[in-house]
Amino acid sequence: MDISLQYSHITVNDVDEAIPFYRDGLGLRVENDVASGEHRWVTLASDTQPGLGIVLSDPHAGRSEADGNAMQELLTKGVLPMTVFSTSDLDGLFEQVRATGAEVLQEPIDQPWGPKDCAFRDPSGNMIRLSQR
Amino acid sequence: MKPYELEVLTALRRAKDMIDRDYAKPLDVPTMAAKAMMSPAHFSRQFKATYGQSPYAYMMTRRIERSMALLRSGMSVTDACMEVGCTSLGSFSTSFTQITGESPSGYRNREHTAVEAMPACIAKSVTRPKSTRVQRY
Repeated sequence: MDISLQYSHITVNDVDEAIPFYRDGLGLRVENDVASGEHRWVTLASDTQPGLGIVLSDPHAGRSEADGNAMQELLTKGVLPMTVFSTSDLDGLFEQVRATGAEVLQEPIDQPWGPKDCAFRDPSGNMIRLSQR
Repeated sequence: MKPYELEVLTALRRAKDMIDRDYAKPLDVPTMAAKAMMSPAHFSRQFKATYGQSPYAYMMTRRIERSMALLRSGMSVTDACMEVGCTSLGSFSTSFTQITGESPSGYRNREHTAVEAMPACIAKSVTRPKSTRVQRY
């Protein structure tokens, strides 16, 4: 028996606003763009990790108005769980993401507990950490 | 949510990120409020309503949390106090005791086996001080 992660979801306030950060900044490939009513689900892929889809959708997609609002509040406050990516070229990726105008939370540093990492906010407020592989 | 409500939350988040990043620098409420583009009084009320703590209390919680990690690693109380941006040892000790329920030297000198067994990132979140009634590890 084997198991691997297939989809990971990241909620964003505005999918179109988020795409440059994930595509041009992180270098992910837009693989699928599915619309239903006024909501969209955009799947991003990484050539380094075939088979993994990162799905961007908005807070109200598939949720009630009240649940969507609660989700959106947590998202915008910046308290939803972070997502961590790893790369073999942390400094290069940092510069590439910074060039999109993203908010820098932390420049690349060697952490006392081991990894070298850095952190950004995506345009909606998600914390995205990058660590050196 | 309405666009202006999102703008307020975004501005508050940027101020909170600044506290998380610059907690060891001399950081006062007017500077935080300027980051959020609000008057200090309005900022303080909005911040507390959003994050459950006043901006100053949030910064002190952050400082004490970092000092706990430094004390666990064996740093002296005076050095830990200075390292996290507190300039008076007396008020640092008072805040530390108020927030954690024990003195900095008492905390430094006791065993921290539970925390040492955790991955560092988990330890950081479970040791973040909440109130004196919360179990300390």
